[in-house]
Amino acid sequence: MDLIAVMGVEFLYAVASLVLISAGLAVVFGMMRVINLAHGEFMMLGGYITITAVNLGVDVFVAMVIIAPLAVALIGVVVERLIIRHLYGRLVDTMLATWGLSLFFIGVATVIFGNTTTGISTPIPGFAVGDYRINGYSFFIILVAVLLLTAMAAILKMTRLGLIARGTMARSDIAAVLGHEPELIYMTTFAVGSALSGLAGAVLAPLVGLVPGSGAAYIAKAFITVIAGGPQLLAGLMSSATFFGVVNQLFTFTISPVIGEVALLVAAVILLRMLPRGITGRFFRARSS
Amino acid sequence: MTAVAVPVTLVLPQVIDSYTLTVLAIYAMLALSLGLVWGYGGILCFGQAAFFGLGAYGYAIGALNVGESTIALIAAVAATAAIAAVLGAMMFYGRLGDVYLAIITLVVTLILYRFMSSTAGDAYVLGKARLGGFNGIPGFPTLHVPGNPSAYIWGDALYYVCAASLVLVLALVTLLLRSGFGRVAVGIRENETRMGLLGYDVRARKTLLFTIGAAVAALAGALYANWGEIVTPRLFGLTQSAEIIIWCIVGGFGTRLGPILGAASMGYLKFLLGQQSLVDNTLVMGLILILVVLFLPRGLVPALEGLWIAAWQRMPARQMQRRRRNLA
Amino acid sequence: MPDVVLETSGLSRHFGGVVALDNVDFLLRARELRCLIGPNGAGKSTFFNCLTGLIRPSEGHIFMRGDETTGWPVHRIASLGVGIKTQVPSVMDGLTVHENIWLAASRHHRHSDDAERRTDEIIARLSLGPMSHQFLAHLAHGERQLVELGLVMTGDPWLVLLDEPAAGMSPEDMVRIGEILREINETAAMIIVEHDMKFVRSIASRITVFHQGRVLLEDEMERVMSDPTVRDIYLGRTA
Repeated sequence: MDLIAVMGVEFLYAVASLVLISAGLAVVFGMMRVINLAHGEFMMLGGYITITAVNLGVDVFVAMVIIAPLAVALIGVVVERLIIRHLYGRLVDTMLATWGLSLFFIGVATVIFGNTTTGISTPIPGFAVGDYRINGYSFFIILVAVLLLTAMAAILKMTRLGLIARGTMARSDIAAVLGHEPELIYMTTFAVGSALSGLAGAVLAPLVGLVPGSGAAYIAKAFITVIAGGPQLLAGLMSSATFFGVVNQLFTFTISPVIGEVALLVAAVILLRMLPRGITGRFFRARSS
Repeated sequence: MTAVAVPVTLVLPQVIDSYTLTVLAIYAMLALSLGLVWGYGGILCFGQAAFFGLGAYGYAIGALNVGESTIALIAAVAATAAIAAVLGAMMFYGRLGDVYLAIITLVVTLILYRFMSSTAGDAYVLGKARLGGFNGIPGFPTLHVPGNPSAYIWGDALYYVCAASLVLVLALVTLLLRSGFGRVAVGIRENETRMGLLGYDVRARKTLLFTIGAAVAALAGALYANWGEIVTPRLFGLTQSAEIIIWCIVGGFGTRLGPILGAASMGYLKFLLGQQSLVDNTLVMGLILILVVLFLPRGLVPALEGLWIAAWQRMPARQMQRRRRNLA
Repeated sequence: MPDVVLETSGLSRHFGGVVALDNVDFLLRARELRCLIGPNGAGKSTFFNCLTGLIRPSEGHIFMRGDETTGWPVHRIASLGVGIKTQVPSVMDGLTVHENIWLAASRHHRHSDDAERRTDEIIARLSLGPMSHQFLAHLAHGERQLVELGLVMTGDPWLVLLDEPAAGMSPEDMVRIGEILREINETAAMIIVEHDMKFVRSIASRITVFHQGRVLLEDEMERVMSDPTVRDIYLGRTA
């Protein structure tokens, strides 16, 4: 019984962290057809910003939920204005330029913070369930993921930006749905996506030892979750995060965490081979067309 | 082009030390492999480092088990090519789009990186070779004269072996591109559907080209193992994958000279940057990639070619086209 | 019937719940020229794409000169000796006219000298000589269509499938294309999907009318044109 409870929490946590890791990338890819290869580094920056703020005496939750997303959103706006907007419609060039950006940020972080591991302790203590220990912070991650998904659903349903977003995702070929200010909408979208990446990097920072190259650990998972999810933003995000989260945890429990990660990546390659248009591209087709 | 390459490889050791030159020649070969697959085949492989790393690991594991370098080298290239053939067939017969292909090749590279990093301990032993996790495999027999395991090839000799291999690979790639297979590959890059409608089996041809590119990358990897005398998971890293693409983009896809010059110049720049601690190497590479994509998306060699052709504007069109093709 | 080159039986294709093609039986004899007409969404393009292998039929069978080709990939069908031109001009934009034709010739001629000779022959037949070393991207629409027809005829096909060969052409271009098609038709059976009724009138003998995924009518040109149901469909009233 205790084991089942612990495993349940672990599975939920695995799914929730995948949702967090992928949300920013999903928004940018879903709305702008831009694949941001610097996504992992946006998360890494979110982590460093949190740690720096905490070291300066800021409350850890304020740092994670407010400062890091805002700061990374700002970085996102600069990146969009300087680089991305020159490359709209050139998918491969955007991937390459953002890959360059990813290396650039790794370099910047190395210069500022050095190539050593930094970290902060988890702000929520763990507790025991029978013979097992549960990391209390897992609940926080799950909570943030649930709130995030709810907020995204609400924004998509109720706001003008959400309406435009749904239009764009249904028919990415029609620029007209963007109205008279596509530039502004693209910039806002990229800022929102960056903020989500910053948030994810920040709330995950207490769980990992942060190094300048940390982004690489996230990027593959984020990509496969988004690509495997397919064209439907929320449904895709949730279904593929659930699928990969479960695969990851199953192999982590039965073999080892590293094999869990390898299994996740292998599952992604096989899934994409079978469903080249993603999970929602296959099963939700009637709704998207 | 090959006629120029030979004197260049002979003169260069007078200018730059042969230890650095060796690795530049290896990088050039690696870049050429991606230039072939991406530049001529239109296959957006983001994970060429996977085959480079597999070639290096394959050599190290082979050399430790056989105790001899010739067989190890051949086995490393053959095994990598076989893996690439399976992966390529899976992707091309699955009709994956460009971007998905890029992501899958990248993910495969990351899988290998993750896996190799976690192979410390007694559970991961292949014959006499311990995979060694993050620390990699050291201490394998390096290249020697075939049939004479005590006559090691190192230093200047290793440079000449690598340079000769590069020239040979360049000549073979040139022949391949001039052959029917090469011309059809370019046709597929231009319009896959049309080539299928003409009766060409696009999937099989792309798989074959992908495999040839992987074999060249594996050869570069095996030589790299000999140069470094150790193989580590870093060979599969994202940075390594990015660097190969940077070399090719800086030099210019769609040419043979571009990737080679790009690799040599960027490799040398990296070497110079490594000798100081003021500017971070990764930062500079990233900046170069961004700037080239934004301002010189076709790369240096095609841009210079364009200038050259513009300077000869009065040349009759036919002759100009021929020049363009010969340069390509 | 030894001279049947193409036959379909019960050919159907569904997209989700939509029936785009419904139980089509079709027959084409050697050196016949057949036009497929019908309003948008009538199923003629789906039918065409099933024949070329670009779409897999949901049900039914396709036979070409006795081989069952149902579900074959495009390149295998093409290799039988079937020339195909899709709706959008599909050429190698970054290559020259000569290189384009050469790629088609090289599929059928192992020796590069033979391929060269065949290339020059086709370029001469289409009077493309003056532009043979220009890139396709730099050519006008009509010229690109012409090159694509060149690609189709280079392999000496016995069956030619063309999707809207006259789309976007000037009247002079149309006359030229019509002549070339008649020339190809001397040795090959031909199916042409076409919207432009004037062009159909100028070339067609027998016509198959598609409507709502089925074959509505199959007859000689004049009788099809005077059929009241066909007129109704073309005027927008659904029969």
